[in-house]
Amino acid sequence: MATDIHDDPLVIAGRTFTSRLFLGTAGYPNQKAMLDAVKASGTEMTTASIRRIDLTGAAESLVDVLAGAVHFLPNTAGCQTARDAVLTAELAREALDTNWVKVEVIGDRELLYPDVEELLRATAELVDKGFVVLPYCTDDPIACRKLADAGAAAVMPLGSPIGSGLGISNPHMIEMICARSAVPVVLDAGIGTASDAALAMELGCSAVLLNTAVSKANDPVRMAMAMRHAVAGGRLAHLAGRIPRRRNAEASSPQLGLIES
Amino acid sequence: MSEIQVRVNGRSEQVGDATLAALLARHDIGLDTRGVAVALNGAVLPRDRWMLTALHADDRIEIVQARQGG
Repeated sequence: MATDIHDDPLVIAGRTFTSRLFLGTAGYPNQKAMLDAVKASGTEMTTASIRRIDLTGAAESLVDVLAGAVHFLPNTAGCQTARDAVLTAELAREALDTNWVKVEVIGDRELLYPDVEELLRATAELVDKGFVVLPYCTDDPIACRKLADAGAAAVMPLGSPIGSGLGISNPHMIEMICARSAVPVVLDAGIGTASDAALAMELGCSAVLLNTAVSKANDPVRMAMAMRHAVAGGRLAHLAGRIPRRRNAEASSPQLGLIES
Repeated sequence: MSEIQVRVNGRSEQVGDATLAALLARHDIGLDTRGVAVALNGAVLPRDRWMLTALHADDRIEIVQARQGG
């Protein structure tokens, strides 16, 4: 029986994770807060973006401060076409020495909503090129199935729009995706606080990827710790199996042996 | 070698560098610089080819780095 979370590893594309929390590295008050939050979260994989280098004076690179401590999951954030996403993934592979990639292909700059058609194209092409592809996608079971069929190592449906903190807007559909998916489901985007992360895990997600909920919290390090416990707690609750909901109360104390006054 | 015009990260530069490696070196990027990658005219150029790659007029060079991201 898996009562110890260490007996319950997550495996994606042959890589074993003890922590089911993946953490973003953007938007922290400063680099120390980011590094402390990464440590407090217990995460084993953090996301990174690929951007033009500042040629006027190179800032300390993410690699210098995090390499060796965690795996990198580079993203293709900002890409609007499969072609741009593929080139960004190839640059990421060269820069970070990993064939893992979080594929984002955005169809709308305001909503940062995935363009599923381009996402599927990018996923198929990158799988073909030997990448381990984790697509950021809509909370749509058909899109998730097609991505898995195209060779995605996991699917990462959104809870709600990136950075919105609105939580999981369609928990039922996330639960359906988890129940049907042939590959691990990672809830990505929209998490606002610890209970959202716990809910994702209770619904059956294999892991949670979040950034803003921690980086923009008043105390990012404490929130990172909260997320660590929420994800672990939600996972245990999922494995334990929740009681059915009922309309009326059911006494937990024995009904027999009541005293008379 | 006479100077040619290339684009580096979207900006025009007059360069006299014989190779891409020489151009990168002027920007403090060496073969051992971690977390960096280069695309030439829309395709990734692995670092083991930086020394062997001559520059041509109107080449488009993108130099990228792993940065914070979500």
